[in-house]
Amino acid sequence: MGLPVYATPGQRIWHYSYLAFCALVLFFLVSPLIVVIPLSFNASPFLHFTQDMLALDPKGYSTLWYKSLFGMCDAEEASLWTSCTDKWKVGTINSFIIAIAATGLATTLGTLAALGLSREHVPFRRTIMAVMISPLIVPFVITASGMFFFFAKVNLVSTMSGIVLAHTILGLPFVVITVTSTLVGFDNNLMKAAANLGGTPFYNFFKIQMPLIAPGVISGALFAFITSFDEVVIVLFVGGPDQYTLPRQMWSGLREEISPTILAAATILVLLSIVLLTTLELLRRRNERLRGISPA
Amino acid sequence: MAGLVFTDQSRLPPSPFLNNVSTMPTASANPAGPILTVDGTPLKTSLERSLKLSKLRAVGLVFPPLVFLIFLFVIPIGSLLTRSVDDSLSNKVLPRTLAAFERWDKTSEPDEAMFEALYLDMKAAEKLDLSKLGTRMNYEKSGWRSLVKITTRGLKRIEGPPYKPAMLKLNKRWGDIAFWQSLGAMKDPVTFGYYLNAVDLKYDGNKNVMRVNKHRRIYQLLWWRTLLVSTIVTIGCLILAYPVAHLLATLPLRISNLLMICVLMPFWTSLLVRIVAWMIMLQQNGVINDSLVSLGLLHDDNRLEMMYNFTGTVIVMIQILLPFMILPIYSVMKTIPPSYMKAAQNLGATPALAFLKVYLPQTIPGVGAGCILVFIVAIGYYITPELVGGKDGRLIGNLIAHHMQHSLNWGLAAAMGATLLAAILILYWVYDKLIGVDNMKMG
Repeated sequence: MGLPVYATPGQRIWHYSYLAFCALVLFFLVSPLIVVIPLSFNASPFLHFTQDMLALDPKGYSTLWYKSLFGMCDAEEASLWTSCTDKWKVGTINSFIIAIAATGLATTLGTLAALGLSREHVPFRRTIMAVMISPLIVPFVITASGMFFFFAKVNLVSTMSGIVLAHTILGLPFVVITVTSTLVGFDNNLMKAAANLGGTPFYNFFKIQMPLIAPGVISGALFAFITSFDEVVIVLFVGGPDQYTLPRQMWSGLREEISPTILAAATILVLLSIVLLTTLELLRRRNERLRGISPA
Repeated sequence: MAGLVFTDQSRLPPSPFLNNVSTMPTASANPAGPILTVDGTPLKTSLERSLKLSKLRAVGLVFPPLVFLIFLFVIPIGSLLTRSVDDSLSNKVLPRTLAAFERWDKTSEPDEAMFEALYLDMKAAEKLDLSKLGTRMNYEKSGWRSLVKITTRGLKRIEGPPYKPAMLKLNKRWGDIAFWQSLGAMKDPVTFGYYLNAVDLKYDGNKNVMRVNKHRRIYQLLWWRTLLVSTIVTIGCLILAYPVAHLLATLPLRISNLLMICVLMPFWTSLLVRIVAWMIMLQQNGVINDSLVSLGLLHDDNRLEMMYNFTGTVIVMIQILLPFMILPIYSVMKTIPPSYMKAAQNLGATPALAFLKVYLPQTIPGVGAGCILVFIVAIGYYITPELVGGKDGRLIGNLIAHHMQHSLNWGLAAAMGATLLAAILILYWVYDKLIGVDNMKMG
């Protein structure tokens, strides 16, 4: 939206200050994330820009913190500033295992729920929907406390399966929401036609419905994945001392010894979020393209 | 009714009356009676049966996830909430003592019968229960924990009646009537004491509600602070989000998609990463202070303190929750045709009036959704205040975690959690009424 040629000076000032304000807000949103990236290549163990870095001197930069992140630090470097642990590596692997397992469970259960809820004759539809979405609304501290007592009773505290189950609960609402909203645009006549042509319900679902609602399922799965991958409160409450995940390692890093290793991890996570964002955007476009040609 | 059943035909096993429409014997055989399907059942029954079947299938799909959710989420939270009123431990461990307490006049010195009851109870109780009970009793009056501990240890030195002098010999505090009186606050198996504690109140021995000592009052302050922070964050987010959402909604799609990335990228980045980033920005040697100093706007000696305090919590929470405000407002603004504003101005309204009378009212649903969403998330925040809040940025969520993990006062943690949950559920209900939960969109 540009300014019309007849705009008064007052309107011009108003318009440009409005644009400037928006630019500042967007800058406020993004700048902290951008700052992390160069600082993670810091050669010194400080969390601010050193003189060398500001002068763009190669001496000021190193990949030391990335090496220590992957547990590959040299003995001499390690003895200087950082304790060389493989906790980051173990934590990352654990995070991936937990997130993938939780995502798989949440996606399966969530898709089932959404398919059921979008049928016409579901009793208590609204109530069930509200219950399904409630894990999003309840603060994680309360969820984690409740699960801690429950898991203590059934011996799931300090186990990885406990965390996976808890994260499944957290991811479920996302899948239900995204799949339900995709199903709104799904043309049920396709399923009728398929049944008419003799397909079994299973075959029809995987051959016809699933490919069409796939964008919703995948974006729900991505939400579930990132929720689990990022989650720390439940891991702290339910995980006990043995379960290390990446966010938990960052958490203890932030509370105990802040070293640029955290920044290296943060940079990788920022890049991961960019990858996820791109995937979602591509999915959205594909979905729109498919909608464009569908007879809806 | 029939229409509904027919639309669902695809998912049903072929029902007899549809496949053999031509051979239906019904109408000709008995024109006055009920219409029958081919196997002789009335059409109504048949329709009802297939409706039931279709319902059953839908329920069958919803059932497994619902059971999963109920077992792992609803029941655990429910049982957490029952902890907030559960005070059965003292009744389980000290039944005789509490019975003797009932007979006592609450003012005179405890008599031998009460000491005997206490001795018998403690003798019969398990060690673990006694130490738990000591902790529980300590919430009512400090000193109980050590008193119970000392007595438990000395119990076997008592040989027989009379018990009163023997107990007094173990610890003279047993003669202190205040300890005995405090039993009154825990004699019922169901208590609202934890809820009272959560707002700096407590029961005295006669179950009258009174305020706790001045230096122990922290919870009211924290509730107010939590409300204050959530309100400031909500308003701050609204002020920052509204113009940006407007810009995104009015710019051509190509540019707005690009700017949208700026909004979505933080949304998709790990919470902890964003907190790390803010620590770098806000700390004493951080990017903001360094920049201000090198620009000459700030003297090196009085660098701004922006972290580990109230300000830090608010700044970081606003940045983290801003996308939750921008996205709903944006999606509402997107549906408002720009011609409305033009029409209003064409009819003689100034831009400001046109905005107030025409544009703003139409954006209210988005604003409402965003505000409730941000408020709900902010009120239960835990991680951010814990990491950047310092001492005066702590919120109620932090205290719940503290009582869960460190002080182990689970009853109090549950009571605080229940109160918080009630507030959130009310807001959630309002949100559902205003916008509808199923209209929630993601990404």
